[in-house]
Amino acid sequence: MLAKRLIACLDVRDGCVVKGVQFEQLANAGDPAALARRYNVEGIDELVILDVTATLEKRRALDRTLRAVSAELFIPLAVGGGIRSEDDAAAAIDAGADKVALNSAALEDPALVTRLAARYGSQAVVVAIDAKLEAGSGKPEAGSRQPEAGSYAVFSRSGSTRTPREAVEWAREAVDRGAGEILLTSIDRDGTRAGFDCELTAAVSSAVSIPVIASGGAGTFDHFYDVFTAGRADAALAASVFHFAEHAVSDLKTYLHNRGVPVRIPHSALRTPHSAPRTPRP
Amino acid sequence: MEPRSEGADRRPVLAVVDYGAGNLTSVLKGLSAAGANPFVTVDPAQVAEADGVVVPGVGHFAATRNINDEMRVALCAATTARPVLGVCLGLQFLFEGSEEAPDVPGLDLLPGHCFLLPKTQKVPHVGWNTVEVSVESRILRGVPDGSSFYFTHSYAAPVTDVCVGWTTYTVPFASVIEVGNIYGAQFHPEKSGEVGLTVLRNFVALARS
Repeated sequence: MLAKRLIACLDVRDGCVVKGVQFEQLANAGDPAALARRYNVEGIDELVILDVTATLEKRRALDRTLRAVSAELFIPLAVGGGIRSEDDAAAAIDAGADKVALNSAALEDPALVTRLAARYGSQAVVVAIDAKLEAGSGKPEAGSRQPEAGSYAVFSRSGSTRTPREAVEWAREAVDRGAGEILLTSIDRDGTRAGFDCELTAAVSSAVSIPVIASGGAGTFDHFYDVFTAGRADAALAASVFHFAEHAVSDLKTYLHNRGVPVRIPHSALRTPHSAPRTPRP
Repeated sequence: MEPRSEGADRRPVLAVVDYGAGNLTSVLKGLSAAGANPFVTVDPAQVAEADGVVVPGVGHFAATRNINDEMRVALCAATTARPVLGVCLGLQFLFEGSEEAPDVPGLDLLPGHCFLLPKTQKVPHVGWNTVEVSVESRILRGVPDGSSFYFTHSYAAPVTDVCVGWTTYTVPFASVIEVGNIYGAQFHPEKSGEVGLTVLRNFVALARS
């Protein structure tokens, strides 16, 4: 059965993971490759490197990170943040990324999605959508493309700029233009640990034929169950929630499995609580 | 190409056929990690000299139009003596053809036509799914029944007697094939973690022997 995917997001600045991590026995908690290795052993299904670098040395540091991570990990690796052009995408893919996530660049130049899909295949093109519930009242002005109250407005530039687009419509257009997956972030929930926005996720997931990765709001194991069931998500992405405990990824997978959600549990992640170290094989 | 050496730790030279269907970086990394010395080629003569051949590829079946007649002959000839592995679109190319591009012939090494997965679930089929191991095979040596691999595809090959591992997504399809020197994986072994590397190591061992 097709498994629901758990995706760990590493926020990386100048080659270092910027969010605090609390793994024991991790010599360099800021090293993306070390953290990626740890997640891999735990059974993470996929990794997203989110580049939050703001320096001129940006691409070089990102390339080093991608090369380091992809050199030893053989699971899908996506990169997001700062992919502005076909050249940026090509550099990331040459450095070892399997997928690139486009956000503001896709909104400003939707044809970029099509060009990248033609060059690398749709499976390599993720369109990232940052959406926020419209709190306004009343109908938009006649002829305007403003989303109505109760719908979800799309924001660009790290959530700072409201666009005239509505999330479900933009997701449909992204599919038509060649996107292979949608990475859907709820701005309202991001960083709150109050749970994923299941209504938003279900609305987009039901409207498109490609996988939808839910993001924003993960706080408890229940939240993942909710987004995989009520939210109809194909995958869920989180960052800090996986840092809470040593075995967060494998414990979460066990939890989901026990509640009937199909997940992948690789051999490396099989363990029993408080078990003694396995005897090495001869 | 590096000079060949003998022995169990020899790194066999693998020709990875480039026909413009996607990025080959991950495939090359996976094959290197599995103990091979892979190189990318568009040259049928190099395919004829390699210890083994890999036909990768993602995207539309029509991309296989870029594989010219000389390369098709070289690939078919290679299967008489050395192992050939088709991955994803490369597996589908081994069959007679695909309804994705009915006017583009496949390599016709295997009987059957590839078909679009029924759209009663989301298509493309993307993510980790299990492979049921139906019979003992060389390519799946050491791979437990029910292991998960990473898939991303919309079309699939039929379950026939060359199928040694199958997967169900709405309908059953051939996820692993093996007959003679012909091997295929619908999933991406280079993106399927440790169990994926096991498949690649098995192929590398076949190329070495």
